[in-house]
Amino acid sequence: MKPIRILEAGEQGLVVEFGDEIDPVVNARVHRLAGTLMAQMPTRILEVVPTYRSLMIYFDPAVISWQALQQRVAELLESPEPAGVNETRRTITIPVCYGGEFGPDLEFVARHNGITAQEVIALHSSLPYLVYMLGFMPGFPYLGGLPERIAAPRLAVPRVKIAAGSVGIAARQTGIYPVESPGGWQLIGRTPVTIFRPLAPSPFLFAAGDYLQFAPISEDEYISIREQVDSGTYAPLMTVSARGENRAHSH
Amino acid sequence: MLTVIDPGILSTVQDHGRSGYRAFGMPLSGAMDRYAFTMANILAGNPRNAAVVEMTMRGARFRFSARVYVAICGAEMQAQLDGARIPNWSALYVAPGSELAFRCAVTGCRSYVAFRGGIDVPEIMGSRSTFLRAHLGGYEGRALKSGDVLSIAPSECSRSSRTELPSSLVPAYESDLQLRAMLGPQNDHFTDEGMLTFLNSPYVVSTRHDRMGYLLEGPAIAHGSGPDIVSDALCPGSVQVPGSGMPIIMASDCQTTGGYAKIATVIGPDLPKVAQMKAGDRVRFTICTDREAVAALIAEQACYEDAHRRLSHVID
Repeated sequence: MKPIRILEAGEQGLVVEFGDEIDPVVNARVHRLAGTLMAQMPTRILEVVPTYRSLMIYFDPAVISWQALQQRVAELLESPEPAGVNETRRTITIPVCYGGEFGPDLEFVARHNGITAQEVIALHSSLPYLVYMLGFMPGFPYLGGLPERIAAPRLAVPRVKIAAGSVGIAARQTGIYPVESPGGWQLIGRTPVTIFRPLAPSPFLFAAGDYLQFAPISEDEYISIREQVDSGTYAPLMTVSARGENRAHSH
Repeated sequence: MLTVIDPGILSTVQDHGRSGYRAFGMPLSGAMDRYAFTMANILAGNPRNAAVVEMTMRGARFRFSARVYVAICGAEMQAQLDGARIPNWSALYVAPGSELAFRCAVTGCRSYVAFRGGIDVPEIMGSRSTFLRAHLGGYEGRALKSGDVLSIAPSECSRSSRTELPSSLVPAYESDLQLRAMLGPQNDHFTDEGMLTFLNSPYVVSTRHDRMGYLLEGPAIAHGSGPDIVSDALCPGSVQVPGSGMPIIMASDCQTTGGYAKIATVIGPDLPKVAQMKAGDRVRFTICTDREAVAALIAEQACYEDAHRRLSHVID
């Protein structure tokens, strides 16, 4: 494992870099430090942004100096990892209606890999994906661990308008479009669940460090869940387990 | 209450931004020029974070249906009240039926209009700022259009006269800028030669600039270990250098993460200068230490305190 580096990002940003690769172990360390910092010094830092392999800490130098913050971070990194912080993992089930008008590129992804559409669906929903980080647009999850057998290149010409909830594939990544936007991913399905609700007390359905498990549903189920979502009665299935369980699935 | 007669090129409602959600991919947004924004609110007698209108390149025209105390700061857009020129960096009463009109910016790029009481739009995720790409916040999540009616939050105001910001607090917007930047976080991705190019060359602001960022043109900056990194966090001021070697300064609406190496970070107190850059302006970067950056931040705060103190006699 590479040595941890503490880097400057302007006078209000400190970056703790754990590595330079996409790796669930490196990412877990990022989320652990994020959790510890927010638990131990919530009023002394402004916000933290976990990414694949580093943690950005935004702070106000009038409240804590770069030197003092760096010192505190170094101490936290040296101390044994505290029990109870980030020791559980949340898995959120995202129902997806695959193919048809919701997933116009499902057949292409199947042909590209020499398998059937049914096999693409089975593989895509066969394992939970780690949310390494959120970025690109509000609520957009960078998910790791897509099976190589359903990887597919981006569209040569991006679509101008992609509906919110669309589930796509680009190379070895998969993700969900949180809001209507342009985009170049191969669309294989759509979830009736709203993953970003700006007016809700908790606007985002999941956070970096969570796992998402896709579950195939029929068009009828899509419509029925959509009605529940619209009337505010739908709650997606969320399970909490000890971190380490199901580790075999993590990549 | 006031009506937008002509919105200008791009006018949006902004406050100091939507912090606290960057871990979820939500950009900060907020006024591009925090100095002019804050001074406008101080002049208007508002809390420093009240929502204002940010106008870009060419200003808007408003008609008022109530008496409102209005402050104008930022780019010089030759404001006129019922046809008579009024000074920039000042505040005054506007009577019902009056029309306040702005023209093209003759210096700078962005101008701010603050209304005593602040613009009354819903707070979304803790902010009234417009974030256009997600159609969220501000006035119905979009730029202002002709016919829009803005409500002003009710507020007591007993100021009787025009107020001007002391000239010592008014910045000059130049076409040749020096931007102070702290190196990193990925300065080690560049060769020594690349770093010298970055620090010793003039860069020109291209036509590709908006609230997300500014693409500059000039000598290509050489990477040592390639332009791509495993994505990490971006903030306003981050200077990304993609494969072309041309630097991009990120701004208020920048995405929260990015995959290009960042050679440096423009310090916060110099971001107001970035907000006022236009195509064709020339930029040079100078290295700044953490200590110097914090001193600049303290100096910026002192300007606000100074303005507040010197205007307090006219604030009820």
